[in-house]
Formats: sequence, structure tokens, C-alpha cells
Amino acid sequence: MGPVIPLGMGRSYGDACLNPGGALLSTARLDRFHSFDPEMGRLVCEAGVQLRDIQRFMVPRGWSLPVIPGTQIVSVGGAIANDVHGKNHHRVGSFGHHVRNVKLVRTDGQVVDCGPGVRPDLFTATVGGIGLTGLIATAELQLQPVTGPWLDTEILPYRSLEEFLTLADDSESLWEHTVSWLDCTAGRRTRGIFLRANPAVDQSGEPPRPRRLAIPLTPPLSLFNRLTLPLFNALYYHLNSHRGGARRRPFETFLFPLDDMQDWNRLYGPRGFYQYQLVVPRDAGPAALRDILDIIAKSGQGSFLAVIKTFGERPSSGLLSFPMPGITLSLDFPNRGAPTERLFVELDAVVREAGGRLYLAKDARMPRDLFETGYPKAPELARFRDPGMSSGMSRRLMGH
Amino acid sequence: MDQKKRIVVIGATSAIAEHCCRLWVQKSPVEFILVARNLPLAQRIATDLRARGAAVDVSVETLDFLSASAIAEAVARWTAQGPVDIALIAHGVLSPQLPCQEDIAQAHQSLEVNGVSPVLFAEAFAGTMERAGRGTIGMIGSVAGDRGRRANYVYGASKALMDRYAQGLQHRFAGTGVKVVLIKPGPTDTPMTAQYKAQGRKMASVESVAEGTVNAIERGTPVAYLPRKWQLIMFVVRNLPGFIFNRLNI
Repeated sequence: MGPVIPLGMGRSYGDACLNPGGALLSTARLDRFHSFDPEMGRLVCEAGVQLRDIQRFMVPRGWSLPVIPGTQIVSVGGAIANDVHGKNHHRVGSFGHHVRNVKLVRTDGQVVDCGPGVRPDLFTATVGGIGLTGLIATAELQLQPVTGPWLDTEILPYRSLEEFLTLADDSESLWEHTVSWLDCTAGRRTRGIFLRANPAVDQSGEPPRPRRLAIPLTPPLSLFNRLTLPLFNALYYHLNSHRGGARRRPFETFLFPLDDMQDWNRLYGPRGFYQYQLVVPRDAGPAALRDILDIIAKSGQGSFLAVIKTFGERPSSGLLSFPMPGITLSLDFPNRGAPTERLFVELDAVVREAGGRLYLAKDARMPRDLFETGYPKAPELARFRDPGMSSGMSRRLMGH
Repeated sequence: MDQKKRIVVIGATSAIAEHCCRLWVQKSPVEFILVARNLPLAQRIATDLRARGAAVDVSVETLDFLSASAIAEAVARWTAQGPVDIALIAHGVLSPQLPCQEDIAQAHQSLEVNGVSPVLFAEAFAGTMERAGRGTIGMIGSVAGDRGRRANYVYGASKALMDRYAQGLQHRFAGTGVKVVLIKPGPTDTPMTAQYKAQGRKMASVESVAEGTVNAIERGTPVAYLPRKWQLIMFVVRNLPGFIFNRLNI
């Protein structure tokens, strides 16, 4: 059968859950809850349960997952294996911080429990371990109390990187969720939209059922290209600047705008897209980001979904966890082949120089040396790996 | 406690039925009676439903699905505990056509499990619901029952039996508080159809079919094709003249 690797919802953008020449272990039908303690907010469930499913059942009972990434349509196992983060990272850290226990099934048939208190070394290898330490079968999660599904949100336009950083710093202590959209086609004239939100004071009323859109087919060319991007970005900026200000919105539409547009990736055409998500330490951050925006502007390749956020100080638990104190930027690039690859090489140099790293959940192409400098604890993973497991990503970045 | 909706699910390990139960847990306090052949799996489903809802009672039991007397006894017992709001009859096996042709014992089994047994359950509930003056019987049929095809006509015939039966029951209960809902899913992504999925067939998600089922039961829709496009597709298939239909390899 060859090597195996677990597959959750397949939302990683790269080869973390691909296994050419091997097999995938789908967790799609491991989708049952085992127990919930409504006093302590502790949920035990199987690895294939989607985060959206947990929210649907638990928010009405006054509990929420503390950490949800930009989409809820990911599995619990995938969220642990990629140690995902959300827009509230500065408050609550990443997903792994809220996992109390994980049951791993190894390819030799062994079943092993690990958690912060039980085999903590295996646990730090499993959190963010991109599936290489065994199949996560079940997990115990600590939920956090919520008053309801509404958020009080604010939208603020900004016109420079400094302005963004000031907004981010000012918002961290008083706002639970912060994130920002950046127009990377504007070149030196950096501009963007800053979003922040807190649980709403007024939780009355059921949030409306969102309207589901689906992209029915793949257009022959990417709809995001040199001609359309500046238009889309300018439109997005001005629309949001005008409707800015404070508003009460359901958490789902604020936190997961793309979940209501099924198969949105088709908009990038048959050649698809790459996502490039980096984090750079705070000190080196502003200079590095300016370089990166310059390089992108010069390349003429743009990104519509440029998202920028500051991470909090809380160290991540996993050996291969992505978040570190600093600034993270994620960019989507339509795949144009060699020019896109050349652009990435230039961006890599800036990230390497600044002491940053790229997010494994989004990566399909980073060179091995960038992985090794970005993830200095990676060699420690080796002794916890399941010998029967490897993925396209592990073979590309670790050699096996 | 007594405002809890009482729902009996026959064939509770059916993926569509399980997802219906998850939706019902979200809607209101509910008491489930899960009836299944595979008791350990039904127990896991019961555990899952209890963990999902704050006000959920679940009991699990098994019985001989092919015994008319066992069915009559069980339905009488459940009804004696209180009126049943919804009976979802969901059990079935996807019996491949070839084994049914080669061995009529297999054909017999398929007709009994997929056709006769669901009808007997429905008939048992029909009597008690008629006396209570309310209740909804949901039956999971199939688009395969709409026209016999060489690819699966034994399975299709058992579902067609359900179709004509539901029609008669709807006629009997017209203008009363008892509703009969026949669900006709197209190919749906469940463990039952995993072999076809592996061949690359495009299928509806079990979540969407379950949502349609719960909605149809709530509204009392007599016949619900899920996804809805199958209503149009089957209209065409039913009305194709024989000389065209017989040339198609479907």
C-alpha cells in the first residue's frame, strides 16, 4: 500500500494531505461526538467532525470553539495537525492551546493518548505535526463560553502600513477579533481595510440563514488577472470605506466570508492559485513587509485576498506550529507558471532574511532550506513520527 | 418533559437517517427511539446525539425487521408510551442487480428488506396514528422506483412497492392530521453507495438530502425528490418512449 497520510476536509492548499504513490486515510466518516460536559465546556469528538458542526450545536448551548481559522469547513483533526489560528490569536493563541487530549492510532495498530499532561513530548509533535505522528482518532477540546452568535464589528480604512500597525496595536487590548485586508496592487500607496469585532452586547434575534452561492464552473482563465485586480481591489476598498463604521453582524459572515461561496477556488481558472502566507518577527516586520509589497508591485502579479494580521505573544505549542509573535501576511496568486515561481523566490529571500517562516498548511513549493531555517525545531519531530506515514509535503521538506 | 417530540427511526444507522436526527436535535427537545440491526453502531449514534443536544433522550433497540408480528408488537409498545410525532422508515440495502438475477434467494431478500418490511412498519404506525389523529410517517424511497431499468430493477421494484403504498396511504389520510411523506433521493454520498463513489459518480451530500428530508417531513410534502433536480430528470425518464428507453444503457 505504501505510506499513508490522514486526510480531513482537504482544505490545505498544498501537499500536506497529498500522497503521490501512497494512500490517504479519510476521516470523513469519523464524524461523531462522544461526550460533552456542559458545566466545564469540554467536548470529546472524532477527528472528522467539522468545526462548523461543533459551532452549530454548541453556540446555542452557550459554548464556542476558542479558535477557528478563516473557514469553518475544516476537520478537528486537520485543525490540530496544522495548529490553526484565528482572528483572535492575540487573545487565545492557536488551536493546540485548547486541546486537552488526543487519541492517536498508529500504523502498527497501537493506540496512544497524548496531551499537555500525558506524553507532552508526543503532544507537541502532534500539534502542528501535519499528520505525521499517527492518525488523530478523537480529541478532547476545551470550549469557551459565548453569549450568542452576534458580534459588534467595526470597519476602518487605513492608508499606510504605519497606520495599520497603530490600529492593530491599539485594538489588541480591547478587541477580541482583528484582521485586515490589504490592497497590494496600490504599490507604495499602501491602503487597506481594518476589521475588528467583539461579542455583541445585544444578542437578541436569530442570525439570518446566509445565502449560499456556488461557483458552478471553472472559467477558462483566472478572473483575477493583471487587468481586473486593480479594479476589484479599488472597488473593494471604496465600498468598505463608505460602509465603514460600527455594525452588529453574525459571527459566521464576519469570520468566514468565503464559506458562503462554495467552490470559490474555481474563480482562479483551471491552473489554480498558490497561497503564500508568511510571518515575520515584529522588529523586522515593517521593513520586510514594505519590501514584499514592493516586489509584488514590481512583478505585476497581484493578490485579491491579501490578509494581514498581528500575532500575539503566546508561544505556540507544536514543534511545527506556524504562529510566532510578529506580523502575518497571506496572499493568493493566480498560478502563471514560471513568473509566479520567480516571484516566490524573491519573496522567500525577504522572509529568510527577516527570520520569518511560511505556513505549511498553505505551502506547496517552499524550498527545503527555507523550511529548515523557518522551523528550527523540525529535527525533533523525527523520533515521534509514525514510520508508516509520510506525505508529499514531508518527503519534499524532510526527505521522507 | 412531555413537550419533547417523539421520533421513532427504523434503520437508524442509515446515513440519511442519522443526519436527520442531528437536525432534529438542533430544532427542539426530542426523544428518539432508534431501531437498528447493527446495535453497536446504533449505540455510537445514540451517544453522538446525546452529546449534541441539551434535551435529548435516546433509546436503542433491535428487532426482526422481517417479522410482521415483531413489527406489530414493537409499534404497539412504542405507541403505548405516548403518541409518536414522527416515524422515519429508512432501512434498506442497496442490492446489486446481478446477484439478484443469478440467485432468486437474493432477489427475495432484497424485495423483503427494501419493500415489504418498510411497508409493514408504515402500516403498523398508520393504525396508531389514525387513532391519535396526528403524526407523520416519512419513508425513504428512491428515484430507482420510478421506472424499471436493467441496472437495478429488483431494488427498483421494492422501492416502487413503497411508492404505490405511500400513495394509497396518502389517499386514506387525506384531510386528516396524519401525513405521509415519501422521500426519493437520487444517488447520495453514504456508506451504502461508497462503491459507486469510488467509480467517480457524482453524488449529493448526505447533509443536503437530510435537510430536504427534515423539511419535507415538517411540511408534510407528499413526495420529495432530493436534490430537486431529480424530479425533472425522473419526469423525463418516466416519459421516454420505450423504443428510445430500450436503447439506453442506464
